[in-house]
Amino acid sequence: MAEPIRPGNALDEQIHLTAVDEFLAWGKEHSLFYLLFATACCGIELMQAGGPRYDVDRLGMIPRATPRQADLMIVAGTITHKMASRVRTLWEQMSEPRWVVSMGSCANSGGPFSKWSYSVLNGVDKYIPVDVYIPGCPPRPEALIDGVMALRERVRRYRTSGERDATPYLVAGGDCAFGGHPGKDDGSGGEPKR
Amino acid sequence: MNDAAITARIQAVFPDVQPATTPNAQPRLCVPAATLPALARFLLDQPDLAFTSLMDLTGYDLAKYPSTPPSDAIRVVYLLHSLCHLHKLALWVDAPRASPVVPSVAGIWPAAIYFEREVFDLLGVRFDGHPSLHRILCPDDWIGHPLRKDYVYPAEYLGVAHLREGQHFESGPVRG
Amino acid sequence: MTIEALTPAGELMKLSMGPQHPATHGVLRIVVECDGEVVTNCTPDHGYLHRSIEKIGECIEWPLFVPYTDRVDYVCAMNANLAYCLAVEKLLATDPANRVVIPRRAECIRVLVAELNRISSHLVAVGSMAMDVGAYTPFLHGIAQREVVNDIFERLCGQRLTYNYVTIGGVAFDLHESAPAEITRFLDEFERAMVKLNKLVTTNAIFRERCAGVAPVTADEAIAWGLVGPNLRGSGVDWDLRRDEPYGLYGELGVRVPVGDRFAGRRGVRGDCYDRYVVRLLEMQESVRLCRETLKLLPPAAKEKADPIGGHQFDVSKLLRKPPKGEVHCRTEAPRGEMGYFLVSDGTKVPYRVRVRTGSFSAAGIFHRVMRGAFLADVVAIIGSFDVVVPEIDR
Repeated sequence: MAEPIRPGNALDEQIHLTAVDEFLAWGKEHSLFYLLFATACCGIELMQAGGPRYDVDRLGMIPRATPRQADLMIVAGTITHKMASRVRTLWEQMSEPRWVVSMGSCANSGGPFSKWSYSVLNGVDKYIPVDVYIPGCPPRPEALIDGVMALRERVRRYRTSGERDATPYLVAGGDCAFGGHPGKDDGSGGEPKR
Repeated sequence: MNDAAITARIQAVFPDVQPATTPNAQPRLCVPAATLPALARFLLDQPDLAFTSLMDLTGYDLAKYPSTPPSDAIRVVYLLHSLCHLHKLALWVDAPRASPVVPSVAGIWPAAIYFEREVFDLLGVRFDGHPSLHRILCPDDWIGHPLRKDYVYPAEYLGVAHLREGQHFESGPVRG
Repeated sequence: MTIEALTPAGELMKLSMGPQHPATHGVLRIVVECDGEVVTNCTPDHGYLHRSIEKIGECIEWPLFVPYTDRVDYVCAMNANLAYCLAVEKLLATDPANRVVIPRRAECIRVLVAELNRISSHLVAVGSMAMDVGAYTPFLHGIAQREVVNDIFERLCGQRLTYNYVTIGGVAFDLHESAPAEITRFLDEFERAMVKLNKLVTTNAIFRERCAGVAPVTADEAIAWGLVGPNLRGSGVDWDLRRDEPYGLYGELGVRVPVGDRFAGRRGVRGDCYDRYVVRLLEMQESVRLCRETLKLLPPAAKEKADPIGGHQFDVSKLLRKPPKGEVHCRTEAPRGEMGYFLVSDGTKVPYRVRVRTGSFSAAGIFHRVMRGAFLADVVAIIGSFDVVVPEIDR
């Protein structure tokens, strides 16, 4: 009697040959732990992104309460002058390689507060380097996930080739009436630069 | 009690309290700063007044307010409410802009502790007798009181530029 | 979180909690001094989210401030919009020559969105309080229900969180045709979810014991310290602005007001964390009832009228170029309690002063008092039970 053919039975379906770097990159890419850090309105959208409908856990994104265990800092919300040095401290406490996503117009550029406010920092990138900018006030969870997907690609590339992109990625669009997209100033309309 | 009855009741005891109205006919009482502590105690303790709750304590700078004669004061506004008699009262205390000092009512309505700290922070009114009067919203080393009408926006804080290139707020926002 | 010994032997310790801490609901910093497990002193440090919204109010025109009210309290942005718009309408009405008529349909929609947002705001409050004391799942149940409200609002005005929907004179967009059915479906589903939530949290012995008798606030204290909203009612004070100073449609609806009454039983004290929690639950039920009542009152959409919901009244925009000079104070019942706007106008199109009095601000004022003598582990339960939202404190 012939052996029944089951999927995954063949040798080449059970064993994958790969480089160690590729394997580590694959692991890193799928386990971006993020710092549970919400400053303002965008924090609620970040919470909802972690909620049952958008469920960023399925992307391997698990919130960590301490910066020492986090790979990724999602700056969700307005950064005031008083808060800015704390953000810097938190970023310094994260271990390398660390990644920063600037979520929402306030963190990108000050957003609705950039013009008249006396206490809001015009963009978190004055204190820490940013890898991905997400426009919106607040951005939808889909926009956040789009930014994270782009970041994952960067994480994989960094892990395999050691190259880290210096130019930040800009998520396109956004539903913000206030603008506040750093890419919009150069007339590019915030087109993504992959 | 209605507004007129409350005013009459107060004026019988505190003759230096003057009734006033806002330009849109809201009744107010102008209280000299020195009378405030005794008046506040009176308003809380008298059973027929019983202003138990301090709805709000705030202030505004009169420097650019179009009034005749032009006033050079910071006006602190007390909004009171009585939960048992359901009547309301609004007090005005004007303090000179150069050195505004108003006695604290924190001992009478504890809710005023935070409210007075905020008015001190944003308008620079000193509250005499406040248990811990220091800035609440701005950092401790912040310069100026932001809600004053002549507030100059900071060019930088801790070495990081606040204003963008070409942006300058020398005399506060333009009104009109 | 940093720890620092205050005495050489280390009996007294100083703990700096926040501004980045998962249980402080944003960027609140609390410096706690404790003797072993017992808190001896507590100093809240505010201002990490001070975005100068009151100053911005003095810089832009009356209707343009509405989007900023969203950001005063983003968990219940509809209520925040409503509070400001009612205040401006009250200011316009102080001149008897001005007539601002809000269409009845707009009044109904305002109550609907305010009550739906109250539900979604309390869901976050209740869920995150449960999360703070160690139960993660109820939070996810709350978020799941909140998503449904967000969907309804998104179809209504295109935004999920900051709506800019209630405008001076009405609301910005009319209800879409399927909205009443969607809302009814949500309310039915929500009531079933409440049963589940009650099983998970409210009747959970661990949760009840954790909150019973913790940080009680007496009725007199609550009034004196300026507590408002569910925090005030949790202490047993029967006061709700929707019933006692009705605005909009609330006078017709007859709001029933739940008050704290030692819900935790034998171990409980009136006005403890558990009472504040249960008052929020009961308020959600009341909001469900109010939504249903309002849907019954909702007049049919008047297709022939140019502006059936009053959001784009030409008269109002003309009045706002030259509003009456003077002051006005108007307060409304938001989920976190009284949201009072104190507006000063100098007769121009730009406000002279915009002041927001919020519930979280006074709730934060009582922290140092209720936390003294509590256990360190209860600190997060206390913050959760007062339901402070940082932008309301800092603005």
